[in-house]
Amino acid sequence: MTASAPTRSRPGWLAPALLPALNLVLALALSAVVIVLVGENPVRALRLLVAGAFGDGEAIGYTLYYATSFIFTGLAVAVAFHGGLFNIGAEGQAYIAGLGVALLCLGAERWPAVLVIPAAIVVAAAFGAGWAFVPGWLQASRGSHVVITTIMFNFIASALMTHLLVNVLIKPGQQSPETREFTPNTWLPQLHDVARALGLDIGRSPLNLSLLFALGAGALVWLYLWHTRWGYELRALGHNETAAVYAGIAPARLIIVAMSISGALAGLVALNEVMGVQHRLLINFTGGAGYVGIAVALMGRNHPVGIVLSAILFGALYQGGSELAFDMPKLTRDMVVVIQGLIILVCGALEHALRRPVAALVQRV
Amino acid sequence: MSDSLLLSALLVAATLRGATPLVLAALGGLFAERSGIVDIGLEGKMLGAAFAAAATAAVTGSAWLGLAAALAAAVALALVHGFACITHHGNQVVSGMALNITVSGLTAVLGNAWFHQGGQTPLLPPGGRFAPIQLPGATALAAVPGLGTVYREVVSGHNVLVYAAAAAVPVVTWLVYCTRFGLRLRAVGESPGAVDTAGISVAGTRYRALIVSGALCGLSGAYLSIAHNAAFIRDMSAGKGYLALAALIFGQWRPVPTLGACLLFAFADAAQARLQGTPLPGIGVIPVQLVQALPYILTVALLAGFVGRAVAPRAIGVPYSKEP
Amino acid sequence: MAVQAVELRGIDKWFGDVHANRDVSIAVRAGTIHGIVGENGAGKSTLMGILYGYHHADRGEMLVRGRPAAFRSAQDALAAGIGMVHQHFMLVEPFTVLENVVLGVEGGFRLRAGMARARAELARLGREYHLEVDPDARVADLGVGQRQRVEILKALYRGADLLILDEPTAVLTPQEADHLFEILRALRRQGKTVLLITHKLREIREVTDVVTVMRQGRVVATLPTAETTPEGLAELMVGRAVALRVDKAPRRPGEPLLEVTDLVVEDGLGVERVKGVSFSVRRGEIVGVAGVAGNGQSELLEALAGMRPVRSGRIRFKSHDLDGSEPRDVRRLGVGHVPEDRQRLGLVIPFVARESAILGYQREARYNGAILLRRAALASSWAKQAAEYDIRPGNGLLPTSAFSGGNQQKIVLARELDRNPDLLLVGQPTRGVDIGAIEFIHRRLVALRDADRGVLVVSVELDEILALADRILVMHDGRLVGDVPQENATEQTLGLMMAGVPAGPSSG
Repeated sequence: MTASAPTRSRPGWLAPALLPALNLVLALALSAVVIVLVGENPVRALRLLVAGAFGDGEAIGYTLYYATSFIFTGLAVAVAFHGGLFNIGAEGQAYIAGLGVALLCLGAERWPAVLVIPAAIVVAAAFGAGWAFVPGWLQASRGSHVVITTIMFNFIASALMTHLLVNVLIKPGQQSPETREFTPNTWLPQLHDVARALGLDIGRSPLNLSLLFALGAGALVWLYLWHTRWGYELRALGHNETAAVYAGIAPARLIIVAMSISGALAGLVALNEVMGVQHRLLINFTGGAGYVGIAVALMGRNHPVGIVLSAILFGALYQGGSELAFDMPKLTRDMVVVIQGLIILVCGALEHALRRPVAALVQRV
Repeated sequence: MSDSLLLSALLVAATLRGATPLVLAALGGLFAERSGIVDIGLEGKMLGAAFAAAATAAVTGSAWLGLAAALAAAVALALVHGFACITHHGNQVVSGMALNITVSGLTAVLGNAWFHQGGQTPLLPPGGRFAPIQLPGATALAAVPGLGTVYREVVSGHNVLVYAAAAAVPVVTWLVYCTRFGLRLRAVGESPGAVDTAGISVAGTRYRALIVSGALCGLSGAYLSIAHNAAFIRDMSAGKGYLALAALIFGQWRPVPTLGACLLFAFADAAQARLQGTPLPGIGVIPVQLVQALPYILTVALLAGFVGRAVAPRAIGVPYSKEP
Repeated sequence: MAVQAVELRGIDKWFGDVHANRDVSIAVRAGTIHGIVGENGAGKSTLMGILYGYHHADRGEMLVRGRPAAFRSAQDALAAGIGMVHQHFMLVEPFTVLENVVLGVEGGFRLRAGMARARAELARLGREYHLEVDPDARVADLGVGQRQRVEILKALYRGADLLILDEPTAVLTPQEADHLFEILRALRRQGKTVLLITHKLREIREVTDVVTVMRQGRVVATLPTAETTPEGLAELMVGRAVALRVDKAPRRPGEPLLEVTDLVVEDGLGVERVKGVSFSVRRGEIVGVAGVAGNGQSELLEALAGMRPVRSGRIRFKSHDLDGSEPRDVRRLGVGHVPEDRQRLGLVIPFVARESAILGYQREARYNGAILLRRAALASSWAKQAAEYDIRPGNGLLPTSAFSGGNQQKIVLARELDRNPDLLLVGQPTRGVDIGAIEFIHRRLVALRDADRGVLVVSVELDEILALADRILVMHDGRLVGDVPQENATEQTLGLMMAGVPAGPSSG
């Protein structure tokens, strides 16, 4: 028997850095086609988008505010991916977590803020984890495919929350289905207020303290995945279930744990939206963040650093997209959704398509 | 007495109309999934088809041209999905999800840019939509008590796509179980290796399945915008694609049980619309959201094995590559 | 002169560096059952692959019924009348027998007419060749023997005149095997030709007219079966290759470490693969398990390591009951496991090397602080193992995929040996490993045994077993057919046992 030849080791940074960049370029190129179809200039659109996202302090603030939610959902999807699971339910998990946060804030009228914030983190994570626990348990114990169950749970969450907001939690005497506003002690401080207290002016935006929580969550996820035995076991399971069993890992339990952690991360979105910006619970406050999280995780290759960068990119798309809509009325906010979808398509489903040409190119260089 | 009969007849008629898009899309999903390709992109195909249909019908004034456009759009989307999944072995769930999201944005952008009505297409002229068809004898039988009412309200008076959906079930059943195409379709979803060694192209069979799937979804989407409605409205599929997927799973990937599931879901919705706010004896008022969530809850129960077992085609979701 | 059904002349086939078929020439007469025997790696499967169109020969020619042929696919082969019955059945489980047979040759867009014709034809084939199967039975409900009949029917239905069967009795009970031979004889009576690939000499004796022996890619001999003896065939199969002997001090085995009693293990399909095996491994000895691949050794090893459930029987290790244990427990008791398939089981290929190097031991105290992994401990552990076992490249941060087969094996070995296990279970220790590493690995195993530990080695390489083992067990068809001390073991005696011929007097 002969020995197998060692695979040619390409530089370690190549796949992580080059491929997503190329995927992004491809997605943007496809989007440019759409823009042209609509009758606008894609280059000018791009310039307006970048200016709209990073032009001044206020714009940057908005960009980062959007990015905060995307970091949470991106981390959520990524953690599940590392375990070989596709969590499409981040949207529903974040939504349900909003319920938990709202209940806390409504009840914590007289609590000191110092107590409310840690409690809210725990509650948001717990509610999100709980909503993800059931699909995880069903996959682990009954083999129900987590993709379908999480999609179903998104719809169930939507129906449940609508019912609660319309029939139960609605502020009496009001038309729109939302709770009453929370008392200020339960508000997450917005960063422009904090900055002003320090003598800086960074422009008004909904950017709030939860950004720091998001970055902290990113660091913790990084530590968990690559610096603990539990993260090691999760990654082993995701790569090779047989080897995981060989290594003494119990797949069923780990699946449930992974989904719960994923749900908990998704739930933290509620901190940003419900506690940091809206100060009340309203219908659909998640605004599609759960699905953006999928794009962010795929583009960020399931690594917290990539996720933060991708989240900022998407935040820029959302913020820049709003500004773009002003100057180019033909391109509404929906254009961002198109780009998002194309990124998911290229980074997620067509990622192999570019791999060989890229590898060939690299061999030649 | 005749009053309640009329109400029941109207309820059944509403169920049939509500079930039509579900049945068509679910049958479309059946072809894809039976061939081994996970297709959560029914929603996107429906929406894209709906937009194409309404846009074309608005511009040309012809419902039939609109229908053709719907078929083309849905088939095109199905082929993109196939390209990513079959040819490039991409992740099938991600691809379906991506297409849903892209179409949701694309239809809004194009709708807004081309028709300047905030994403809507203009209201269709009479020739631009499929109108209800009165079957022969409907007025003649109207005088007959009982039967006349049923005939007029339930059997007659639907547009052509509703009848198409009804016809689709036996046609699809025949196609899947009595033809060579159907045999190979079912084989490739269970054991692509067996198909490959029998000399049949796995990719070719799957692509063909996706084309049929796209066509059916095209019919479904067209129904939404140029039959049931008279224009395209943003996100008008409103989750029906996922509902159709749930019905397909609930129906165990078989045509007749899937029809049953679609009728069940549509009935719940139609009943809830009529009963809204009315307390039921012994139960009280059922929140409309519970009824809306019911199909999803049932599907989860099925997947969990509490309401029978859902056995998917064995090779589903796994890209096929020849054994070395 | 009788018509040659198939003739191969000077076939050469390379897979990269491996010369799988060397100048192979065989003539198969029509209307005969022609057996092809050889050990693993002899080149039989490759040759068959060329015959039915799966592979393309690099050199040489093939004649079918006297006319040159070159097949690009199984379809071409079938069109020429050559059908293959695979070892792993290619059947659609929820379909009926009829539907499976008809798939691909349905005879029209509408099924009904074609199916009716097929039904009649199946009935005829069933009668003529003893291949009775209920055409409306679901394949999922059929036993293994009947599924095989469906595979044969598929080939016959498509008009195959020459049938190739690859190790057909691997999954059959003795009774089912006998019935298969009936079928083969019926085929021969009707003028069909059968190529039977097997390593079991009993089958050759029972049913073949001619036998070709292959070894290391070459044809060693082609003889009428009537003129052969089991001993002669075994000798031809195994040859007189010089064994790699490892210098070993004579053994002084101590107390029993592992005692296996009446072990029965099933595979994923519920087929019994280990059929009541009993043996023991003592301290200070290397026990080798020899046998052709597929005779139950893999399942045995996996069951001992806790990776596969045990149907019945006992496994006792040091005074603990191991049957029904999980890998984690087995490992904790002091059993190391170097799996047969390192890529599927023993490593996580996308992990960096030093993460693969702790697979199974990731929870050990030395690698962990209260919460975080101790990266320094990982690094030093890797450095030590890489130095000791000469693992190249030495960079533990490279992905495991970047290491050659031999080095990957060294990673696994270093990992398992580093814990100084009382018992080491090893499967195919030098598969895909280069010569230099082979010697190194063998010396390490002997060192373990000299340190008074027990080693159980499963290998399809007879040379390796002969070199390493103090005591040799031979597995054939799920049973232990020999327990031979090294002094008494020769290639011939072992080869006979591996081929299923019962051992003579143990003096050999």
